[in-house]
Amino acid sequence: MNMIVTPASPATPNGTTRPQVRIVIVGHVDHGKSTLVGRLLHETGSLPDGKLEMLKAVSARRGMPFEWSFLLDALQTERDQGITIDTTQIRFRTNSRDIVLIDAPGHAEFLRNMITGASQADGAVLIIDALEGVRDQTRRHGYLLHLLGVKQVAVVVNKMDRVDFSADRFKAISDEISAHLNGLGVTPTAIIPISARDGDGVAEHTDRIGWYKGPTVVEALDALEPARPLEALPLRLPVQAIYKFDDRRIVAGRIESGSLIAGDEIVIMPAGKIARIKTVESWPLTPVAGRQGAGRSVGITLDRELFIERGDIVAHASSAPRETRRLRARIFWLHEKPLAKGDQLLVRCGPKESRATVVAIEKAVDPGELSSVENKAIGRNHVGEIDISLSSPIATDPYTENPRTGRLVIEVSGRIAGGGLVLSVEAGQRAVPVDIVPVESALRPDERSARYRHNGAVVWLTGLPASGKSTLAKALERRLFTNGGSPILLDGDTLRAGLNSDLGFSAADRSENIRRLAEVATHLARNGHIAIVAAVSPAREDRATARRIADTAFREIHVATPAGICEERDPKGHYKKARAGTLQSFTGILNDYEAPQAAELVIDTSTRTVAEAADEIEQMLKTSGVLFDEVVDLAANI
Amino acid sequence: MDHLDQLEAQSIYIFREAFARLKKIALLWSLGKDSNVMIWLARKAFFGRLPFPALHVDTGKKFPEMYRFRDHYGKEWELDLRVEPCPPIDAVDPTLPPAARSAARKTEGLKMALAKYGFDGLIAGIRRDEEATRAKERVFSPRGLEGNWDVRDQPPEFWDHFNASPPQGAHLRIHPILHWTEADIWAYTKRENIPIIPLYLSQNGKRYRSLGDQDITNPVNSTASNIDEILAELEQTKVPERAGRALDHETEDAFERLRVAGYL
Repeated sequence: MNMIVTPASPATPNGTTRPQVRIVIVGHVDHGKSTLVGRLLHETGSLPDGKLEMLKAVSARRGMPFEWSFLLDALQTERDQGITIDTTQIRFRTNSRDIVLIDAPGHAEFLRNMITGASQADGAVLIIDALEGVRDQTRRHGYLLHLLGVKQVAVVVNKMDRVDFSADRFKAISDEISAHLNGLGVTPTAIIPISARDGDGVAEHTDRIGWYKGPTVVEALDALEPARPLEALPLRLPVQAIYKFDDRRIVAGRIESGSLIAGDEIVIMPAGKIARIKTVESWPLTPVAGRQGAGRSVGITLDRELFIERGDIVAHASSAPRETRRLRARIFWLHEKPLAKGDQLLVRCGPKESRATVVAIEKAVDPGELSSVENKAIGRNHVGEIDISLSSPIATDPYTENPRTGRLVIEVSGRIAGGGLVLSVEAGQRAVPVDIVPVESALRPDERSARYRHNGAVVWLTGLPASGKSTLAKALERRLFTNGGSPILLDGDTLRAGLNSDLGFSAADRSENIRRLAEVATHLARNGHIAIVAAVSPAREDRATARRIADTAFREIHVATPAGICEERDPKGHYKKARAGTLQSFTGILNDYEAPQAAELVIDTSTRTVAEAADEIEQMLKTSGVLFDEVVDLAANI
Repeated sequence: MDHLDQLEAQSIYIFREAFARLKKIALLWSLGKDSNVMIWLARKAFFGRLPFPALHVDTGKKFPEMYRFRDHYGKEWELDLRVEPCPPIDAVDPTLPPAARSAARKTEGLKMALAKYGFDGLIAGIRRDEEATRAKERVFSPRGLEGNWDVRDQPPEFWDHFNASPPQGAHLRIHPILHWTEADIWAYTKRENIPIIPLYLSQNGKRYRSLGDQDITNPVNSTASNIDEILAELEQTKVPERAGRALDHETEDAFERLRVAGYL
């Protein structure tokens, strides 16, 4: 923007740099993003001379009260319609760092612009109107931040002046958004009540929010971490081009992760050809000595002539990426035409381009309305999981192993139409669903939810043996049923007696046990029931799998009764047997229980009655959108 | 990697993507500080060469120092330099305010050059921090058949994946230094020892922060007579970079109208 902003750059004359953090501001339209940004610039002394006067004049000309958002909504169209259309970027300084603020529009139809902005961010500010509360678009943005890998999210509850700075109202919104973000595996770094228009809570605490003791917005921004270094990961150098301008044959590309140095033995994937790096070329001085790390755009020459193409990946032989023709990805879809099974696409993984076919749509959901799950196609602005087969092999990593190479975009008619994360490669080892045609229910989810007054959900109770899971599960089942709902209890031990009777207690069998529980529970949830799972499920990774399967329907409850009390209770005599050495692989004695880090709810049954605990669960299900407060008018949905 | 290294690596990545994915590209050389840095970065990307033409769309109204600079470094850097003229002022939309109308000659000259050579990509040295509408740009920005920019319908662009398939007859603007700031440009110019036009340095208490046509560009008050002093000045100033550009100040949306029509 032309009002840039003192001081303008991290590159100071003496060459030192300050940490730079890129932050995207997202939220529902009209919840006050642009106003907050305008206020932040003002409070940090970053507005150029004359800008304030210009804004006053622009506002006056339109016969409106002073409007901070005009600062950002530079485009005439935006001013006329009063909305932000596209992303914009502004810089300012806090005490400890340089901040690049990316302002992203809130309108659903401009979701592509929000994603364009958020994909470049190290952290995010999610803004919520105190009066309106959490909206579809708030939830959608939360989900997309999670999908884009933005883990640091500070939540700002704006327009507190409209709710008389009510601490109760603030707490209700905090609880709701925390439950939603926790459900996605994102822990908010702060939740801050503010009035952006008047400045409360932006750079300073004011008396009007005297009850709030947490950080201001500026302090919260100060606490966000710069991007994580990628050098520690294995080497990935996707090849952009091969240049032969003179007698050198230079392989050019950017090091996405890891590092390299002349002399390294490397492998070209997916072909698997081996060579050694002869030189690292540069200009004006060449060759360059020393190790080159992630982020550098380099050119290397090799000790032998190999056929290399754009899109190949240079790696070290011992830590090469996997070669595959099949992969599963979690994607967001931006194109008007829904993405369906059988669609032909162009997929880009870095510079690699490949034709692809959608083999299966495993899941499709509108992240704004957590309830509606369909499986046939992924609509515009919805997310889903797909299996794709590629016309030529590519080298890639699951995003959990490498965030840079484990992501892809999808092109339709030469234009980016979606993108997402590689969940796993070689998805094709599972049954290829060519002859399997899933039969759909005769009922729509909303028909059931109108009758039951709740959405489908998987309520997953995890905790040590004898922590009280089954007791709580049964109390909850009774409670929901009495209220007209459709709860179904899936007890770990009960299912082991039948469906899972072929499984033992090895780590692999335990994982499979959890996977099956999650599949059955998810099937019930998709059909509108509340599946209550009571299972020790000690491994964090297995529960993460269950969450992935059930997706937005998943609510985790950690029954966190202290181990001593569990052993004292010992209703099934398991602890006694384990102590005596006659029960092998018993979770509880050997301390192999991995407690959840971000459960939707934590309950200690040693300090709660069963009824109190059931109250808490019911409340959580209400605030996280599973239980309806009022009777739903079915006609309204038609 | 320090901050300038990161900026440099990102720009090189963009240059290489443009060269790999488009058939016929050219770099727009306006002779100013930004496009000089841009040429330098391109030579880094391609190991000393510029493997495509440098296009100077010439209004004929630049400063003599700028023409001298062009003729000297065009040769020294071994550029494939194409100088293309602009149409006279009468050929330009008369409803535009005077300075904007004068600047719009460049848009028309650009269209003529595009038609003449059939480029499908034009590399331009605009930066997000220069001006509010530029802040909204994509790195690979599709232009319509008339060279126009549809700001309401820009394609998504994320994780350094760019849209690079313009429709037949249309072209893309590629912006390899979109993420740089004015201070970055100067710090990098100093670090890499890139030549500059002396008009940027203070003489008699004034210097140019942004160079355009003589008739619509004015110097700002400044005592900065070398790059270190420019950087120190940028740390302090609250005067916008384009304060000396007359066309930005004529009406609220003068610049936006130009940009939508295809101006840089």
